[in-house]
Amino acid sequence: MIEFQEVSKRYPGGHLALAGVSFTIRHGELLLLSGHSGAGKSTLLKLIAAIERPTEGRVMMNGQDVGKLRADAIPYLRRKLGLILQDHRLLMDRSVFENLVLPLEIAGQSAREARKRAQAALERVGLKDRGGELPITLSGGEQQRVAIARAIVNRPAVLIADEPTAHLDPDYARDIAHLFQSFNDAGVTVIVSTHDPSLFCNARGRTLRLAQGVLTDEETS
Amino acid sequence: MIGWLAAHGRALGQALRRLRRQAFGTLLSALVIGLALALPATGLALFERLQSLAASVNTTPQVSLFLKESSGRDDRNRLERNFQADAQLASVSFVSRDTAREILARNGLADILDTLPANPLPDGFVLTLKSADPAAFQAVADRYRADAAIEHVQVDSLWVQRLDALLAFGRTVMLLLAGLLGTALVIITFNTIRLQLLTRQEEIEVSRILGATIPFIRRPYYWFGGLQAFAGGLIAWGIADGLLALMAPEVRRIAETYGAIFSLHRLDLLQVTGLLAFSTLLGLAGTGLALRRHLRAA
Ligand SMILES: Nc1ncnc2c1ncn2[C@@H]1O[C@H](COP(=O)(O)OP(=O)(O)OP(=O)(O)O)[C@@H](O)[C@H]1O
Ligand SMILES: [Mg+2]
Repeated sequence: MIEFQEVSKRYPGGHLALAGVSFTIRHGELLLLSGHSGAGKSTLLKLIAAIERPTEGRVMMNGQDVGKLRADAIPYLRRKLGLILQDHRLLMDRSVFENLVLPLEIAGQSAREARKRAQAALERVGLKDRGGELPITLSGGEQQRVAIARAIVNRPAVLIADEPTAHLDPDYARDIAHLFQSFNDAGVTVIVSTHDPSLFCNARGRTLRLAQGVLTDEETS
Repeated sequence: MIGWLAAHGRALGQALRRLRRQAFGTLLSALVIGLALALPATGLALFERLQSLAASVNTTPQVSLFLKESSGRDDRNRLERNFQADAQLASVSFVSRDTAREILARNGLADILDTLPANPLPDGFVLTLKSADPAAFQAVADRYRADAAIEHVQVDSLWVQRLDALLAFGRTVMLLLAGLLGTALVIITFNTIRLQLLTRQEEIEVSRILGATIPFIRRPYYWFGGLQAFAGGLIAWGIADGLLALMAPEVRRIAETYGAIFSLHRLDLLQVTGLLAFSTLLGLAGTGLALRRHLRAA
């Protein structure tokens, strides 16, 4: 369970990106986060992964105050999350497969287990035979899939994706949305920010709407 | 423990892959390190060897008195009485010309002595002093030089003391040099690792986002820096050994002109271990400094 309690985030420089945001994400939920550019979506997601820390309020995850974690505890929090950041940040100087193996190495998996899981994740996102290629040679949508595969190799209980469907043509975006829905069907808590919540047309989806750092609306479809 | 070993095994593998990918650069750095360490390594080995040689020479300072050919039994008795009255002397021994000849013959000069028609050596006394102060030697030497029965006075072993001091000085210079060049080693490693960290910023940041701990990120760099410096140590070892081997014949020839039998050895196990540990530790130190400077926490 993830809970935001009156969370505000002011960046150094003074910009208030989030202002008093409160909500709860239950286990196994699919949460959509929408809002215009600059509304604070990325900031909110980064707070969950302790990439940023709240200026005020608390971000609780399974009873732990994420914002107060010691620096050396943060890596262990992140390993429990599957993270797909807005700029997906694949390493361009190594193969797709090596990109997928990295989080497994970090988590201390054996080389054999890592290979097995990386291959399984590649198949899961429909890139079975592309492991040997460099990410730079893939299309934007394919790179997005690699980023998704990298986020799921460690079989996280929570998957966080920041605009995974941006810059994709509608069909491809719908495919990606389906992928997240299928992860959610398998019991994974999924938090996705998107400009276009209508891509996700499933019954369980709840949408939080952000405007200029404030939660304006909540709807359950 | 097993997890720790596995983590280091992985980091080592990563470091080796990077070494291979940057083989030429690594080789250059290792060569520079090796060249820098070779000089102090050779110098220290040389001085250590010479010092042990100097220590093996009898360093109890003595004064030798050689009697005139014309001196007789009376002169000897008179001198012995004088010695007994001399408060500066610890002990006195008489070396007859026959004993002196035997000693020289034993030291490998038998052939030369055999070619001489008669024993050319005089009778003599060897005086051991209570004090090691050079001034006391001079006083004793002057006192007996005036004696009519004495042909020649020789102050022995002072040269050993001088040599010892000189060698200790040489060793100090070499240690200072080792410190200086060791600093250069730290800087070389620091720079290598710094450049790596700068070109790998993206990988480091992504790894952090994926849950890598700081030690996980540091480990391959430590292996890299340590291995590169270790390789530098190996090169220094090779160079030092080569230099010592080159110098050995010269040194032997010089030693022979002093009638000593002396040869230079290659670096012994302790010296090699010391050299490799020295270079590796400094490599790790340079790596640590670079990591501390360029790897921001969280
Ligand atoms: N590191 C930062 N330093 C300063 N200001 C920041 C930083 N990151 C974001 N901001 C500001 O905070 C506000 C919210 O940014 P955020 O990235 O969370 O928006 P977003 O909803 O993700 O926008 P987009 O849809 O364009 O990705 C923006 O005005 C942005 O300029
Ligand atoms: Mg954003």
